[in-house]
Amino acid sequence: MLELIVYGIVLGSIISLGAIGLSLVYGILRFANFAHGDLMTAGAYVALFLVRGPFVWMGISEETFGPFSFGWRMVIAFPLSMLAVAGVSILLDRLLYRELRKRGSSRVILAMSALGASFIIRMGVLIIWGADSLFYRPGLMRPALELPAGIKIRPDQILILLIVALLVILLHLFLQRTKMGKAMRATADNMELARISGIDIERVIMWTWGIGGGLAAAAGILYGIDVQLHPGMGWNFLLPLFAAAILGGIGNLYGALVGGLIMGVVQQVSTAFLLPTYKPAVAFIIMILLLLIRPQGLFGGKTR
Amino acid sequence: MPFGGLLAYLVSFAIMAGIYAVFCLGLNIQWGYTGLFNIGIAGFFCIGAYISAFITLPPPTGTYAEYVHLVFALNMPFPVGLLGSAVVCGIIAFLIGIPTLKLEEDYLAIATIGIAETVRLVFNNEQWLANGPRGLAGLPQPLSGLVIPRHYNYIYLIIVIVVLVIIYLLIERAIRSPWGRVLRAIREDEVSTAMSGKNIFNFKMQAFVFGAMVMGIGGALYAHFTIAISPEVFTPLYGTFIVWVMVMAGGSGNNKGVILGAFVIWAIWTGTQFLTGYLPYTLKSRAPYIRFLIIGILLEIILISRPGGILGEEKKVSKMAD
Amino acid sequence: MNEFWRRIWVDSTDNVILKIKDITVGYSKIDILHDVDLLLRKGEIVSIIGPNGAGKSTLLKTIFGLLQPRKGSVYLQGKNITGEKPERLVRHGISYVPQVSNVFPSLTIQENLEMGAFTRTDDFSGRIKEIYELFPVLGERKNQRVGYLSGGQRQMVAMGRALMLDPQILMLDEPSAGLAPKFVSMIFERIIDINRTGVSLILVEQNAREALNMANRGYVLATGRNVLDGEAKALLNNKEVGRLYLGG
Repeated sequence: MLELIVYGIVLGSIISLGAIGLSLVYGILRFANFAHGDLMTAGAYVALFLVRGPFVWMGISEETFGPFSFGWRMVIAFPLSMLAVAGVSILLDRLLYRELRKRGSSRVILAMSALGASFIIRMGVLIIWGADSLFYRPGLMRPALELPAGIKIRPDQILILLIVALLVILLHLFLQRTKMGKAMRATADNMELARISGIDIERVIMWTWGIGGGLAAAAGILYGIDVQLHPGMGWNFLLPLFAAAILGGIGNLYGALVGGLIMGVVQQVSTAFLLPTYKPAVAFIIMILLLLIRPQGLFGGKTR
Repeated sequence: MPFGGLLAYLVSFAIMAGIYAVFCLGLNIQWGYTGLFNIGIAGFFCIGAYISAFITLPPPTGTYAEYVHLVFALNMPFPVGLLGSAVVCGIIAFLIGIPTLKLEEDYLAIATIGIAETVRLVFNNEQWLANGPRGLAGLPQPLSGLVIPRHYNYIYLIIVIVVLVIIYLLIERAIRSPWGRVLRAIREDEVSTAMSGKNIFNFKMQAFVFGAMVMGIGGALYAHFTIAISPEVFTPLYGTFIVWVMVMAGGSGNNKGVILGAFVIWAIWTGTQFLTGYLPYTLKSRAPYIRFLIIGILLEIILISRPGGILGEEKKVSKMAD
Repeated sequence: MNEFWRRIWVDSTDNVILKIKDITVGYSKIDILHDVDLLLRKGEIVSIIGPNGAGKSTLLKTIFGLLQPRKGSVYLQGKNITGEKPERLVRHGISYVPQVSNVFPSLTIQENLEMGAFTRTDDFSGRIKEIYELFPVLGERKNQRVGYLSGGQRQMVAMGRALMLDPQILMLDEPSAGLAPKFVSMIFERIIDINRTGVSLILVEQNAREALNMANRGYVLATGRNVLDGEAKALLNNKEVGRLYLGG
């Protein structure tokens, strides 16, 4: 059971990263981004492409670092993939959502176009890589470390926790200390007042999509490192992501962090009683219960 | 292609397009008229198909029983299957609607995604329910004794058309009644409608349930056409997304429009199948994904350039001109 | 006759920085304002009074580009700015404080002011000091989240935010609304202080008597139309105005 909880925290940290991105976009744009899961997929596969393709041709070493399952290739691919997916995210806004926003389209139409975008991304992945599961590093033995209290955890997983923590701290500093970060928080509070104050809303929107996309990519790569890559991975995360974001209070980033960890643990512990494939269903049931009993989540969030 | 083959192909095409048209009519009630964002159509599709299977299949006997597990099998005629699907889908929609229809549209959407996924997972993993991933086969086809098997599709096409027309007329009656006008008012401006004293929740629930029942019938029609069903059919792509594209393409809020949309999009879908003949060998296995990519891009183009669809929303809904 | 010469004086363009002419605007099919005129001279305080629903807030929103007028024009120092977006008007030196939702509650006082200065590219720390001198109580709590402040303090933050841009024109929509009496008089005193620094003000106020006391000139708006306008003192002494709008 303890192992389940420990692994649940690792999985939960990945969910948190995705949920924070989702909550960020919702808080600022009031947009339920159904494409967020598939942005995770995109991130994972872009990294796969880099690691298996260009970096091989460029001759970057495939040596792994110590007890970890990756080497320089992944280290360089990680931020590049985040940037690429940030770019894709911004592009989607420029091409699709901004047009619809200008027309005053309803939230449902915007959400529908996000849904369409998610399918387009997934089809793209399926076309290029096919439907099978893939690994960044097939066939590598990754022994678990033994920690005190008999907890078994792989070195990769410890690093995942550290990376998530690092990204969360960086995001916090960005939002609290930089002008654009404060402008994003102001826009989340009150977009009309932000316009009235002269804040450049289009730039705020661009940064929001960029950061949301980048965080989603990071979450996807981490999941790929930990488990595997398959084209439906992001879609399967959609329910846990939304459940985590709602649990923390939609729009509340620190709530999303906690919500993600809780969702991870609950999902993992559920595997003691249910088949692992039911994890999304567990997320779904929790979400329904939340929406019934306490839709503002644990910490309250932004309403429309 | 020899004429007989072409005709058979067209009949087959028309049956599937007609079945999807039924789904579109159901979604049109929920979304086109009431503004409910249901992304879980695949769930009702799945339940409709399986319930009709349960009702119409005979209980497995002998050694067969060792391989096929069904939670129940009633061996009743086809119309009972259709009705049963409608009723069960209606009940499930009612239960789902209780927590979700009070919520904002985004929440309803994610909740319906959850339901469809959960339904599919349950049917896929619970062997005792409906044979798990292997699915059920041998579904009886109504009136199959009338003609030789090669010509059966003609009969089924007539059945599908009859059901489609009945549903269309029923919905048209309902939409043009005062009830229908309230639905449209809810979609246009929920706040004012609420302030005029209408119980929004009840109306939404009725629309949701009605639409779900229609979708259930569509699922049953599908099951008896393909004779064999398994959970992998009822995916978000085939079961939900394509229906949305059809509705948006044809004109949401317009029953004739969504039927047209069903035929047009299904034509594009099956039409692209020919194109895959021209693909290089390595891409052939990816053909369905390329075809779906085209459908996805088509949806985005529709949303941007012609969100009203081909026919656009109907202007006058009520017989009493306002 | 006096009225005639007064109008010529008011209309003389050397001093007029904001001129609104024949503004007709509304939401969808219903017009809220019909052919409304208004003038603001440099250094003035102009108060707009009138009953609820007269369209006073709508007028400010139209000037600030939040609403597009169907007819009519807005001129800033002779330049036609009708329908220009808020983000542009802010650069022209117009600032606007809406009646409600006029602060960023999850940001601190300091951060609210910083957001007011978003379009400034220079060092504005001096300006922030000036705002804290104008509103000392804000300086004491500058790292507090605005959501936790009282109504009066929030109003100060709202005005401070708008002042960060060194505007030449400040438009306030019911600054005293919902405030306790001691805050009301304090806010009005601050408005006069702000005016003394050279900012021209347009004030929409429910509290008509106070609004006219502070102002140079006033406009009475009712059912979306100009009813009366003139020197503030004259309006105060006007019996009709007194009966209808000043509560006797």
